[in-house]
Amino acid sequence: MYTETQIIKDTTQFSSNGHEGELVINVGPQHPATHGVLHLVITLNGETIKKVEPHLGYIHRSIEKMCESLTYRQFIYVTSRMDYLSAHMNNHACAMTVEKGLQIEVPPRAQYIRVIMDELTRIASHELWWGAMAMDLGAFTPFFYAFRERETINDIMEETCGARLTMNYMVPGGVMADIHPLFQQKVKDFIKLFKSKIDEYDELVTGNIIFQNRMKGVGLLSKEDAISYGCSGPVARGSGVSCDIRKLYPYEVYDKVAFDEVLENEGDSFARYMVRVREMHQSIRIIEQLIDNIPEGDFQAKTKAVLKLPKGEFYTRVETARGELGVYIVSEGGTTPYRIKFRSPGFSNLSALDHMARGSKIGDLMAMMGTLDLVIPDIDR
Amino acid sequence: MFSLEGITKSLQDWLYLNFNPTWALVIECLIVIVLAIALFAFLGLVLVLMERKVAAHMQIRLGPNRVGPKGMFQTAADTLKLIMKEGLTPDGADKFLFNLAPFVVMIVAMLILAPIAFAKGFQIWDINIGVLYVSAISSLSVIGILMAGWASNNKYSLLGAMRSGAQIVSYELSAGISILCIVVLSGSLSINEIIASQQNGWWLFKGHIPVIIAFVIFMIAVTAETNRAPFDLAEAESELTAGFHTEYSGMKFALFFLAEYINIFIVCAIGATLFLGGWMPFHIGNWQDFNHIMDYIPSSIWFFGKTFFLIFLIMWFRWTFPRLRVDQLLNLEWKYLLPISLFNLLLVTVIAIFGWHF
Repeated sequence: MYTETQIIKDTTQFSSNGHEGELVINVGPQHPATHGVLHLVITLNGETIKKVEPHLGYIHRSIEKMCESLTYRQFIYVTSRMDYLSAHMNNHACAMTVEKGLQIEVPPRAQYIRVIMDELTRIASHELWWGAMAMDLGAFTPFFYAFRERETINDIMEETCGARLTMNYMVPGGVMADIHPLFQQKVKDFIKLFKSKIDEYDELVTGNIIFQNRMKGVGLLSKEDAISYGCSGPVARGSGVSCDIRKLYPYEVYDKVAFDEVLENEGDSFARYMVRVREMHQSIRIIEQLIDNIPEGDFQAKTKAVLKLPKGEFYTRVETARGELGVYIVSEGGTTPYRIKFRSPGFSNLSALDHMARGSKIGDLMAMMGTLDLVIPDIDR
Repeated sequence: MFSLEGITKSLQDWLYLNFNPTWALVIECLIVIVLAIALFAFLGLVLVLMERKVAAHMQIRLGPNRVGPKGMFQTAADTLKLIMKEGLTPDGADKFLFNLAPFVVMIVAMLILAPIAFAKGFQIWDINIGVLYVSAISSLSVIGILMAGWASNNKYSLLGAMRSGAQIVSYELSAGISILCIVVLSGSLSINEIIASQQNGWWLFKGHIPVIIAFVIFMIAVTAETNRAPFDLAEAESELTAGFHTEYSGMKFALFFLAEYINIFIVCAIGATLFLGGWMPFHIGNWQDFNHIMDYIPSSIWFFGKTFFLIFLIMWFRWTFPRLRVDQLLNLEWKYLLPISLFNLLLVTVIAIFGWHF
C-alpha cells in the first residue's frame, strides 16, 4: 500500500520525466474537463502539446468478469453502468446477443418501443454532450439550456421504465414492461418542444464566431486515421467514414424507417460537433415515423424462465450515442456466459486523442476531448 | 436637488475650523480610508450577488434565494465561511510571495479608487493627471498575479499567470489608446475636467463614430484586463482548474475574488466617466423641461447607474460567450484591436483639431 506522501512523490517523479524545456502536467483524474476520472499526462512545450498519454483504470469495475457469474437475464443490468448515457443501447445490444443465441423472435411492438427508446436516449446523450462541450470551451449557459430539454426525456423514461438514467428496460425477448399510457403523447409533446428549442442551440453556440474559431481546423483526424484508430460513431463520421450500424447492418426496425446517415468530411472538431447536432435532427425524424405506428401486440416474447445459450460464440453490435458497441459472448451451454467482451466505442475514440492533439494548444485539447464525447466508465468498464 | 457635495464641503469646513490643518488632514484621511474599505466590502457583496443573479437569469434558474430575503445575504454568508476557512500555504510554495500576492492585487485595486468621482464633488483625490494615474496603477495588478502563479509552485498556476501576464500587458495598450481618445477630445487628464467637458452631452454621443469605436474597444480591452470571460484564460476553469489562484484557499482566495470584482467596478466606473459622462445627467440639446427633470436625479445615482449598466454588460459577455484560445486572444489584440485603435486615435485627433465634435 502507498502512503500519502509516497503517492505525492511518485506523481512528482512522474511529472519530471520530461526533457529540457518540457513541462509535464497531469490532467486528472480529478479535473473539471475530464468529465470523470480520466487521467491524461500531457507533455507541453509552453502552451503547445507535444504528447498526450491517457491513463485508465480509475473506474474499472471489472464488469466483464462480473458478467461471467451472472445469468443471461441478470448481466444486462450491469451494462447500464458502462456508458450510463446510452444505457438503453447497452441493454439493447446485450438483449440482442442473447436473442440471437436463443433465436427468439422479438414481437414488432417491442421492436418499435426499443427503437424509440434508443433514439430518445441518443437525443438525451447528445444534449448532455452539447452542454458539456460548450462548458469545456468556457461557456456555462448552454449546459442549462441542454438540461432543460433533457429533463423532459428523463421524465418520459421515468414514467415508462421507472428509472431516469440506468433504465434496465430491455430484456431478452422484448422490453420489461409495456409503455405508459401517456407515453405517445408525452413523446409527441417533447418533439414539439425540442423542435422549437433546437434552433436556439444553433443561435447560442453553433453560430458564435468565437466558438467557430475554436472548433474549425483543430483536432484534425483524417479518414484513414479514423479507420486505423478504430474510431466509430460521430467521431468517425466527422471524418467522413460511413460507419452507422443502424444503416449498414440494420437491426430491429431501422431498415423500415427513413433517416440519413450524417457525414461530414472535414475531420475537425467542428465536423464532429455538427455530426452530433445533425444526428439529433435525424433521431427526431426516426421517432416521428415510429411514434404513431406502434403496433398492437405483445411487448415481450414468450421465453423460458431460465435462459441457456447453446454452446458457441455470439456477437452483435448496435450504434450507441458514442459509436459502435459490440457484445461478444462465448457460451459453454450453461446459464451464465463463459466469457463476455464488450467492444466499447469510447476506448477506440480516446486512442485517437494523442494523434489529434499533438501540436495544438491546451485549450484545444479540452475542445477535442469534448468532441470525442468520452464517458469514462465506458472506456474502463 | 440634493447632492453629496454639501456634505463633504461642510465636513471639511468643520474639520478645518476645529482642528489645526495637519490634524484635520489626518482625520480626513482616516475617514476616507474607512469609507474606501467599507465601499470595498459593500461592492464585493453586491457585485458577487449581482453576478450570481444575472447568471441565474441567463441560465433559466433562480440563483441564490435561501439566505435572507431573495438570497441577499448569500455573499455575506459565503464571506463568513471563507473567513473561517484555513488559509493553506502549500509545502513547496515560496511562503513570503505566496502570502503577499493577494494583498498586492487588493492594494492595487484599492489605489485606483482614489481619483474616481462617485458623485458631484465626491472624490477622494482630485489629481490633475487622474487618467494617467488610473492606467499606470491598473497595470500593476499583473505583478500580483504573476507573483501568485510563480510562488504557488503549481504548474497550472504558472501557466495561468503567464497567460495573464501576456494578456494584461497586451490589452493595456488598446485600453490606454481608447482612453487617450477622450483625453484628446477633452484636452485634460483630470477626471473632474473630463466630466465637466461632458456638461452638454456625453462623449459617446458627441464624438461621432470614432468615439463609439473607442468605447467598444475599451469595453473589450477592459474585459480582457480584468480576466473575465470570454478572456478568462488566466483562470480557465476547464483547462487550468483555477489558473493562478489554484492553490489559494480561505480568505486569501477571497481577496483575489474580491479584487476581481472591484477591478470590474473600477474599469466600468472609468468607462462611465470617460464615455458616459460620469455623474453628469443625461441631457438632450434644447429640451429644457426634460433636462431639468434629469437634473433632479442625484448625481451619485447617475454615476452608479451607468457603472452598473456597464458591469451588467460585462457579466452578460461572461455568461454568453465561450472562451478564446490563447493565440486567438493575442491575435485579436495585436492584429485587430491595436491597429484599429491607433487609426481611430488619429481620426479622433483630426476631429478634435478641427472641432468637428458637437
